Amino acid sequence: MQKILNKRIILTILVLGLLYGSIQNLIVQGKLNPYYEINLLLIGINIMMAVSLNLINGFTGQFSIGHAGFMAVGAYTSAVLTVKLQQPFPLAILAGSLAAALIGFLIGLPTLRLKGDYLAIATLGFGEIIKVVFVNIEYVGGASGLSGIPHITTWNWVFFLTAFTVVFIKNFINSTHGRACISIREDEIAAETMGINTTKYKVMAFTIGAFFAGAAGALYAHYFYIIQPNTFNFLKSIDYLVMVVLGGMGSITGSVLAATALTIISALLQRFAEIRMVIYALLLIVIMLFRPQGLMGNKEFSLSILERLGRGEKHGSVSSK
Amino acid sequence: MALLAVNNLTKVFGGLSAVSDFNIELHPGELVGLIGPNGAGKTTVFNLLTGVYEPTEGTIQFNHENIVGLKPYEITQRGMARTFQNIRLFSNLSVLDNVRIAYHTHVKYGLTSAVMRLGNYYKEEEEMTRKAIEFLHIFNLDRKKDEIAKNLPYGEQRRLEIARALAAKPRLLLLDEPAAGMNPQETHELMNLIKWIRDEFKLTILLIEHDMSLVMGACERIYVLEYGMIIAHGTPEEIKSNPRVIEAYLGEEVAHA
Repeated sequence: MQKILNKRIILTILVLGLLYGSIQNLIVQGKLNPYYEINLLLIGINIMMAVSLNLINGFTGQFSIGHAGFMAVGAYTSAVLTVKLQQPFPLAILAGSLAAALIGFLIGLPTLRLKGDYLAIATLGFGEIIKVVFVNIEYVGGASGLSGIPHITTWNWVFFLTAFTVVFIKNFINSTHGRACISIREDEIAAETMGINTTKYKVMAFTIGAFFAGAAGALYAHYFYIIQPNTFNFLKSIDYLVMVVLGGMGSITGSVLAATALTIISALLQRFAEIRMVIYALLLIVIMLFRPQGLMGNKEFSLSILERLGRGEKHGSVSSK
Repeated sequence: MALLAVNNLTKVFGGLSAVSDFNIELHPGELVGLIGPNGAGKTTVFNLLTGVYEPTEGTIQFNHENIVGLKPYEITQRGMARTFQNIRLFSNLSVLDNVRIAYHTHVKYGLTSAVMRLGNYYKEEEEMTRKAIEFLHIFNLDRKKDEIAKNLPYGEQRRLEIARALAAKPRLLLLDEPAAGMNPQETHELMNLIKWIRDEFKLTILLIEHDMSLVMGACERIYVLEYGMIIAHGTPEEIKSNPRVIEAYLGEEVAHA
């Protein structure tokens, strides 16, 4: 058991290292033009957002549609720290994430008593409230936004924080705490009678999800020089929801895949900004018709598949867990 | 001293009193049946005992502690586990994970060691998996540990639910119609299994059942509920010959016997 796990960890590190090394190489040699770099960073940030939202929506089964609100909290908090208070970037990221987590905790405590559609509407409302609050604070620029944010976010920051997010949430899910969250999704009453404090775990999932959304927001703010309340509106939340649903509720690799694919698609569609949302909607309808469980369902794509393929076994396209 | 002592338990839904003035006492190691016609309030009693509903009136003493007002998970942590009439498994999870979740309250590693894979994470996870497979073995489900729970046949889902409840290490086990939907052969096996786990795990068991062969064959004492009130209480022999019970419930079956 221990041996197999170690082999997996080594393989994962190897693949991640290869990915990092090859892209880092391209950047250092200057072969990657800025257009590709922007999208590469956006992919990372979107993966962080999608995976953290999946923890709330897909694994814990609490339908939240205000995720961009937490991103806004992270973005504004970190930007205020670097722009107004001249604090170092790492501290700003941490503070942004913690602020988002705190807001997530405070919002989660009352709203997670609600179920299904009621919870969705409540989170939608809170997402909008967060946006409106920033519009009305002159200190952070009001509706015109906060500008002059230093351009500190690099490929390195995005890569390592994305990897950290994915590993953190994957490890969380594969622990007794993660299983507690999943059992709430499966049957809340049964979970409660198996000794699981459902409120605690719902709030925990919500807080962790908000934490990483805050981190993603901090990275976002320090790449694009300016942040405006309107960047983090309802449509932004829907974007991330689409990624989670498309990738599969309850599949981390599905979210990674969908976030990557949708970022690339929306980059390609940039010239047709008007019809981007139409194509998005069509894509969703087609997916829901032909694969309602999302690309990956609740399965994970893992390296053991490659292993099996290597040994020439033909069964199993995806392995569970 | 009684493990469970319920006094004057009453639950009113709007104008309807589903359970009224319900009294029951269970002693350690007993296997007790709760029977009654459909709608008599049996499942409501279970929901009151496990904290799913809060009683309108009355007290519930479990292990010398008043548990009225506690949340279901707090009651489970104090040593009470149950199964459901309409099976409530974690249906999209594997058979093994269903049982592993029941160990949740006994896991000691915290959030940090889970996420960083430090400390006792691997050791406790392995231990938990080993114990869960042991339980599945008792219920003859170990070969199906990787199957998705909802794909199991009905009888196996019932057995899995009992295995899951047992894994929570209860002192009192509440079984809500464990034999529902089983054929006579399966019911007979289940009856022996219930007696066996009672002795093996030193449990006290309260079970709701419609299958009279199971209730009469397994239980030492029986409570009969009708319209939310206990109308009789005694050994299977006494219940069989109690005219009020015959009138309310057993009527024909006993008359022919």
